[in-house]
Amino acid sequence: MAVVETDPSANAGMEDGVRRRDFINIAAVSFAGVGVVAVALPLVNQMNPSADVLALASIEVDLSAIQPGQAIKTSWRKQPIFIRNLTPAEIEDAKKVDVGGLRDPESLEARTKPGKENWLITLGVCTHLGCVPLGAAAGELRGDFGGYFCPCHGSHYDTAARIRKGPAPKNLVVPEYAFTSDTVVQIG
Amino acid sequence: MSFPWAKHYEPTHPFMQWMDQKLPLPRLVYNAIGAGYPVPRNLNYFWNFGVLAGAALVIQIVTGIVLAMHYAANGAVAFDSVEHIMRDVNSGWFLRYAHANGATMFFIVVYLHIFRGLYFGSYKAPREMVWLLGVVIFLLMMATAFMGYVLPWGQMSFWGAQVITGFFSAIPVVGEPIRQWLLGGFAPDNAALNRFFSLHYLLPFVIAAVIILHIWALHIPGSSNPTGVEVKDEQDTVPFHPYYTAKDGFGLAIFLIVFAVLLFFAPNMLAEPVNYVPANPLSTPAHIVPEWYFWPFYAILRAFTVDFLWVPAKLWGVIAMFSSILLLFILPWLDNSPVRSTTYRPLYKWFFWLLMFDIVILGICGMKPAAEPWVRMGQIASAYYFAHFLIILPIVSRIERPLPLPNSITEAVLAKHKAA
Ligand code: HEM
Ligand code: FES
Repeated sequence: MAVVETDPSANAGMEDGVRRRDFINIAAVSFAGVGVVAVALPLVNQMNPSADVLALASIEVDLSAIQPGQAIKTSWRKQPIFIRNLTPAEIEDAKKVDVGGLRDPESLEARTKPGKENWLITLGVCTHLGCVPLGAAAGELRGDFGGYFCPCHGSHYDTAARIRKGPAPKNLVVPEYAFTSDTVVQIG
Repeated sequence: MSFPWAKHYEPTHPFMQWMDQKLPLPRLVYNAIGAGYPVPRNLNYFWNFGVLAGAALVIQIVTGIVLAMHYAANGAVAFDSVEHIMRDVNSGWFLRYAHANGATMFFIVVYLHIFRGLYFGSYKAPREMVWLLGVVIFLLMMATAFMGYVLPWGQMSFWGAQVITGFFSAIPVVGEPIRQWLLGGFAPDNAALNRFFSLHYLLPFVIAAVIILHIWALHIPGSSNPTGVEVKDEQDTVPFHPYYTAKDGFGLAIFLIVFAVLLFFAPNMLAEPVNYVPANPLSTPAHIVPEWYFWPFYAILRAFTVDFLWVPAKLWGVIAMFSSILLLFILPWLDNSPVRSTTYRPLYKWFFWLLMFDIVILGICGMKPAAEPWVRMGQIASAYYFAHFLIILPIVSRIERPLPLPNSITEAVLAKHKAA
């Protein structure tokens, strides 16, 4: 090192105190930095959901057997789905609520399809930390608002599956779906 | 560093002399845990837990490596492969129970080790770096234990993974993508199980590396002691070997006896029966609880039930839970009292025990279902936890008049001897 620093030829072409060696240093380190980033990207990206997981198989569900007041639980993308046939009283309950005062303001109309507002289709994944709420199967607790109740940390959802009480920040998620006939719905 | 009066390593055997020139490993051992390392003469049994934590780590690594020879990290067979270990593999039940209860023993000794640091003020200068590295080890241990618990792929494994990775979805905007990135899917499944296994195998070795730094940092000032008074001269110390090798050996024997009792007579005492039910993504167990060593933190997580200051309750809970541990990183700068040992701090002593009581209450609340009175109790206890570190501790360390300290370790030891 010391030898190089005092070697007059090393300072040849030196302007404004910048040496050729500084340029080489910066260039080499920058190039190595680009290389590190280029290698880090695939290393990080491999953790993202893989193609087979993303290939979201859509499912078709026949609703004809679900009576008003009943609900079923099925599975889509490895996550539970709740399909509920609301009774007229439950629909009325959901509509009575002042939407503006809700934690996650959404009306029942916005969460169902026009003319099919008795069909409440949501993910069965509590928006708090992801437990499956109770209330889809007969005899399960439905919480203070008659919809769903998550026992993990006590989140209560109403008859439009909107969060009303407890730690969950959002309403139960309504997945993308469409009615393919009067009684068959395609999710995903 | 070592004290000037430390004994020097002088190998006499020609082979050891040859070795000392080629690879001075025996010299390193001699100066680190041998006769060449002077240690305060008055260390009590609380100073055993560092070595015991090291022993627990070795037990986890050895049992873990052999379990990995029989375990399969695939959602379809993981649960069955663990049952295969329990029923078919020779001595498999022993190895699995040793690993599961070994984790419990590990946390018991580390909690006592941290307790020692808190009570005797070991976190203060000049040992801040020792403490900081300790907190890093603690965080790594928690991550390792969590991922290990997922591997048997029972109901509690699955829902634990769902809830813990759910913490990340509390982060605004990027939270949900981060959660999916961690899981490699929309819910815990094969991808998550596989990566957790890979990391569960890796992290203990990272812990081992950080322990080396931890002990390196410790050996610069040397160990503290129950009086908190620094070593002044040779009288205050004894060589590590044979004094503390013997004391640590005795402690290790006691540790192994307790471990054996747990392992052979009550291996499922702390296990959740519902984890012997295979993972079912469509049904959450009625009551999700983490392992006992996470209960206090779980109580803090659940303490927030309403939004305030525009931040949702869920995010508050997650922030509070992480901060409760991250607070330990700034502890050396929150406590300004020049006196280390709580023994000489008449006012702080009360608050210290109150904090211990508070943590026990938090633990109980974390174990109970999310219903009253546990929610309210957990909220009060969480508030007190933060108040202790952020309000009480800085004030007390400013206004307190400590008791007179002994002039030296030797004086304290002799005074105690006379009184007895
Ligand atoms: C795998 C876990 C750990 C191992 C194997 C380990 C190992 C050790 C060992 C062998 C010592 C010296 C002996 C003793 O004083 O007991 C020590 C000292 C110490 N450790 Fe740890 N440790 C671990 C975790 C932690 C944690 C989680 C903390 C704190 C958050 C911590 C804080 C300290 C402090 C402050 C000292 C110095 C104590 C003094 O000299 O007064 N350690 N550790
Ligand atoms: S996961 Fe539903 S309330 Fe926490």
